[in-house]
Amino acid sequence: MALVLNEEQRMLKDAARDFLSEHAPVSQLRQLRDGRDALGYSRATWQQMVDLGWSGILVPEAQGGLDFGHVGMGQIMEQSGRTLTASPLFATAVMGVSAIVQAGSLAQRNALLPAIVAGELQLAPALDEGPHHAPRQVRTRLEARGDGCVLNGEKQFVPDGHSADQLIVSARSAGADADRDGISLVLVERTAPGVTVERVVMADSRNSAMVRFDNVALPRAALLGNPGTASAVIERLSEIGNAHLAAELLGLSLEACEQTVAYLNTRKQFGVLIGSYQGLQHRAAHLFSEIELLKSLVIKTLQALDAGSAEVAVLASLAKAKAGEVATLATNEAVQLHGGVGMTDELDIGFFMKRARVAEHLYGDHRYHLRRFATLSGY
Amino acid sequence: MPDLEQFRRETRAWLETNCPLSQRETVVEFEDRCWGGTQWKFVSDDQKRWLEVMAARGWTAPDWPAEYGGGGLNKEETKILREEMNRINARLPLFSMGLSMIGPALLKYGSEALKRQHIRNIVEGRIWWCQGYSEPNFGSDLAGLQTRCEDRGDHFIVNGQKVWTSYADRADWMFCLVRTDPAAVKHAGISLVLFDMNTPGVTTRPIRLISGKSPFCETFLDDVRVEKDQLVGTLNKGWELATYLLTHEREMIGSIGQGNAGAKNLHDHAVEQIGLAGGELADSALRTDIARWEMDNRAFELTAERITDEATAGQGVGAASSMLKYTGTEINKRRHELLVSIHGQRALAWEGDAYEHGLMATQWLRTKGNSIEGGTSEIQLNIIAKRILGLGKE
Repeated sequence: MALVLNEEQRMLKDAARDFLSEHAPVSQLRQLRDGRDALGYSRATWQQMVDLGWSGILVPEAQGGLDFGHVGMGQIMEQSGRTLTASPLFATAVMGVSAIVQAGSLAQRNALLPAIVAGELQLAPALDEGPHHAPRQVRTRLEARGDGCVLNGEKQFVPDGHSADQLIVSARSAGADADRDGISLVLVERTAPGVTVERVVMADSRNSAMVRFDNVALPRAALLGNPGTASAVIERLSEIGNAHLAAELLGLSLEACEQTVAYLNTRKQFGVLIGSYQGLQHRAAHLFSEIELLKSLVIKTLQALDAGSAEVAVLASLAKAKAGEVATLATNEAVQLHGGVGMTDELDIGFFMKRARVAEHLYGDHRYHLRRFATLSGY
Repeated sequence: MPDLEQFRRETRAWLETNCPLSQRETVVEFEDRCWGGTQWKFVSDDQKRWLEVMAARGWTAPDWPAEYGGGGLNKEETKILREEMNRINARLPLFSMGLSMIGPALLKYGSEALKRQHIRNIVEGRIWWCQGYSEPNFGSDLAGLQTRCEDRGDHFIVNGQKVWTSYADRADWMFCLVRTDPAAVKHAGISLVLFDMNTPGVTTRPIRLISGKSPFCETFLDDVRVEKDQLVGTLNKGWELATYLLTHEREMIGSIGQGNAGAKNLHDHAVEQIGLAGGELADSALRTDIARWEMDNRAFELTAERITDEATAGQGVGAASSMLKYTGTEINKRRHELLVSIHGQRALAWEGDAYEHGLMATQWLRTKGNSIEGGTSEIQLNIIAKRILGLGKE
């Protein structure tokens, strides 16, 4: 398949760029931060995104979605990386939808997906229990009790954990702490008795949360898929998440690079544009080349997801590893090449650096993914 | 589309029948890759037959016009042919500067007579072309070249010196940048001419490199007679051709790492040499370095593919060849550094049967030139900064 967007995908990309730059630019995130917004994103902007159909991009048509695929969703994620837009798009429309599509029963799909499409339901994936992504390190316990089950444990760094309606929680039904088998996925109401949510505002001003479960009683219908068999689903979920985070980091890197190049072409020292100095030109040109390499991995990975290719596992790690490295380079260079002004809060560049690091560490930084790639490749 | 599917089926079947098994093995030695020309000594009958059957279909130059001997394939068919060749790891039947450089330039800028004279010979691998570009004092600053070409009525006379001429000692013809108007400013006054290396006044001297090999020569031009009909394009407008050719050269050198397709993975070398412990390469630092290289290499291969796809779809930015040349050559250098790390002192053995006569060291050292020839990495970065990023324009 050609590594280019088709006409419809290109139109979606352009529409996303127009909408986000007009309605949700970086200044919106700055306002949310400065106003210590209780929700952490603009409800009005999210409603507009819902009206545009973005909550249903990955939802099958049978459940009222657009079924537009990962390449399409990746274009929105890439553009939201340019504007650093905070919204439930990732946690709900990418991760939540994918969890239900992957593991949900027909009844669950019919009940939950249309509500997500309509903007009436928001989800938060609660997969990690520590500061480093480790999807099999699950100590949270899910035990059968009567007709249902009971949940005990703690999840950390849950995106949108304090604002979502329901949490998608990985929990151990059997086995030891790091076993592959014995992990289940359950849906838990955020406000259910025994659920304690502590909001954690991250460096990028986005939502995260610590969530504790104390004897939370759940009906059997809360299970997503069969108990004890969720590892493969979680693995795929993390691949999907990483593919879209890589797309976001691509947009973020492009924007940081473009703003920096524009600055090099504006700022004068010693009577000349600083962009006329070869020392700076080469750094910008190297960054440009690295971003070009990342672009190719991102589109290939998104296409592989849509094609259901067996290569997704490898590609998702390559894309996220490269995205983590490139976004780190892009934002470090952006600050350095802007000089002192790059260190000021008044300039947006700092927001890009902070988001780059948070997005890299969510679901594995570049070292995690290089190790995973090596393991998948048999070394 | 069904036509393309049919083309793929037929191509696959034809290649299965016609590509000798020995020509599906990974290229190791220089001679494994056929360069053609009057002095070429085929290393096997298979190599000769593979060139002949492919040339007969014009498939050494699949997308060149059939009327001059090319394959006459469109972009989609050309891509399918490449994919099908890669599928069975078929070697390129011919690898030459005729195919990658002067041929495309002649098709774009050459007179009808020049196309008739030279294109079919390139397709069939009958003539080995070399490139007369760099001069002792004009490398990166190529447009300053000083080799003089004077009009003597019915012919030209060329005097000067070229350097870094690839295989000038084996080549049959040279395409050569010369100064035809010494009074004009730098880029103006340059022309491109063609001549036979057997012409009196042409002498070559191989340059011994750090690898111990001599793939390049100095070429001395003393009163070399060049026929007027061997001027390509317009007199004094040669710089446009030169940049066109440099673009092709960048693409060729940038894609050098892709010649590794079918070669053993770096991590296979490492597993073999170093071994696994608990399923992981026993050297964890090297494991990360290899994984990072394999990531970048995959990204590079996909980028070369994407740039081609974007061009086909009429999208994309210009000057992409500089980005590909820069990234491709740096990645290839890293590959050989890692091979040396993986094989340790074995890779640095220089003589003796036990270590393939220093093959690994020779190849490692050769790659150091990748980021120098065809425009250094620094020149590529200059081009990206100026042409793509628009930096440094007051």
